[in-house]
Amino acid sequence: MELERINAYTYKILKHGNMKVPTVIYTSSKLLESIKRDRTLEQAQNVACLPGIQKMAYVMPDGHQGYGFPIGGVAAFDLDNGIISPGGVGYDINCGVRLLKTDFMEKDVEAKKTELLAQIFRSVPAGVGKGGMFQLSRRVLENVCLKGAEWAVDNGYGTRVDLERTEEYGRMKSADPNYLSKRAIERGIPQLGTLGAGNHFLEIQKVDIIYDPDVAKIFGIHSLGQILVMIHCGSRGLGHQVASDYIRAMENKYRTSGLPDRELVNAPIRSELGRQYYKSMGAAVNFAFANRQMIAHCVRDVFQKVLGSSKGMDQVYDVCHNVAKFEKHEIDGKEKDVCIHRKGATRSFGPGREEIPEVYRSVGQPVIIPGSMGTASYILVGTRQAEKLSFGSTAHGAGRMMSRHEARRRFRGEQIKQDLAEKGIELQSTNWRGVAEEAAQAYKDVDEVVRVSHEVGIGKLVVRVVPVGVMKG
Amino acid sequence: MLFLWVSDCWGILVPQDNLKKYQFLEHTADAKFQAFGRSLEEAFVNAVYATVSLMWDREKIGRKIQQPVKVQGRDLEQLLVNFLEEILYLLDSQMFLLHSAEKIKIRREAEMYMLEGHFLGDDYGKHYQPYGDVKAITYSEMEIHTNDLFMVQVVVDV
Repeated sequence: MELERINAYTYKILKHGNMKVPTVIYTSSKLLESIKRDRTLEQAQNVACLPGIQKMAYVMPDGHQGYGFPIGGVAAFDLDNGIISPGGVGYDINCGVRLLKTDFMEKDVEAKKTELLAQIFRSVPAGVGKGGMFQLSRRVLENVCLKGAEWAVDNGYGTRVDLERTEEYGRMKSADPNYLSKRAIERGIPQLGTLGAGNHFLEIQKVDIIYDPDVAKIFGIHSLGQILVMIHCGSRGLGHQVASDYIRAMENKYRTSGLPDRELVNAPIRSELGRQYYKSMGAAVNFAFANRQMIAHCVRDVFQKVLGSSKGMDQVYDVCHNVAKFEKHEIDGKEKDVCIHRKGATRSFGPGREEIPEVYRSVGQPVIIPGSMGTASYILVGTRQAEKLSFGSTAHGAGRMMSRHEARRRFRGEQIKQDLAEKGIELQSTNWRGVAEEAAQAYKDVDEVVRVSHEVGIGKLVVRVVPVGVMKG
Repeated sequence: MLFLWVSDCWGILVPQDNLKKYQFLEHTADAKFQAFGRSLEEAFVNAVYATVSLMWDREKIGRKIQQPVKVQGRDLEQLLVNFLEEILYLLDSQMFLLHSAEKIKIRREAEMYMLEGHFLGDDYGKHYQPYGDVKAITYSEMEIHTNDLFMVQVVVDV
């Protein structure tokens, strides 16, 4: 394998062996070092071998080793002779990020910060296997999976404006809950409105740097010190079950003997199983949208109670990090419908795309990139360049570089809490072990990841935020 | 504690005695372990314990509820994935925390492998404190060795 340096932030692996297209990696020399230490490049080349792949197999700046597809992997497949792969979406279907703005400034929340976070911690269920705000009936759960965030808004959890400012307007219309297994439904029933555990979190943040005041203003962000709320979670056990169910079904039908990696198992997009997976995945995507919608509602409620107002707490945007969908892209000079897989990548559409809500259509889509615990997070804006360079995609986060085991060996949860407190950051968590595992030092430098995105032009810097309060699942 | 290591026919170091049920290996983003046994069943059960160790301390869980387990797979890898997924399914859908896996038997029937037995454990309730999450069981880097000493290697998505 030869890694060719195209420019400071673009590397390419030319077509060889069974590869149908080349592989392009957007990275810096610094980030490339850690990519080379794991199987990212090998996995990206495997993706390039899959039937019907178009143009290139891409790796985003936060790329690292995943299962089958790398994390930070973006690939598009021809609808007639291409495939769809649950491993190209990931187990946590529509793991994503929602950002709310507020009209509060740091000084307005300073005195009540502890209470605010404690109240949120009490009202948003989090942690391993934790059940939600209520037990749903099977029929209601199916409705949630059919309508997504729309279901939540119809039932009083949020506003129509929230829907407008959500990828897919909070509902994948292709979803069909009839294709969910009994197990997926059983795992979903207790978990609506829960944050989960692991790397999922909820943060109260303040605006730290504004790079592009004009775009920031359109996103509703106007001042340094302005308070925002970020929610990072996904489709919980329901989505994990959908992935496992269809990996099994595709294995049984199509076998995996011809694949370099069993997790690359796939089905033709037009096949019965391919269609069923797409409809089930849509149901899990919708569950995750409804989940974040309900958590956002809960957060507004707490602000109302503690600070006396939730006015101005508009949604900036809600993005998916793990998803497959049909989109139009220019390939060989012609516009073409393709099935895009984004696994640990964010859609990053530039100005004009009809998928973007009208309010943002003149500037491009907000791209929300969460950092690791206690570090900065970023808001970027999608670009036309991204549509040419990465099927309208960019990075999704920092990306791990140290094992959880190693992080536990090196760090102690109590110490991390104290260190954060010295920086003025409150922390609430369900357990210390999880805090140690999520130590910022276990992650790549998110500043470097977004710098590469900005330099390549696949997502431009708009705002940097830093946490003032962190709730970890 | 005396610990003897030998290299098996695949050149992988495995423990020669029965002191070790499982061990974790370095993996950047997720958790990777090897579980051992004198039989395939014992290795599978130890894989259950390794998976559970990422989420809670099973020694602290009561043995109050019995959950029957019956899974099948077209090969041993699929059987193992399906078996370990039972833990996650029972946790999410029934708030069941596992203490032990008992009377686990694996047999071959026509083209399929079948596994039967039961889990003992308790309801989540208020007094247990799990500390970690396992999202899914994967085929990534999976290995199953069935000569003399049984060993299974699994990467789980955490």
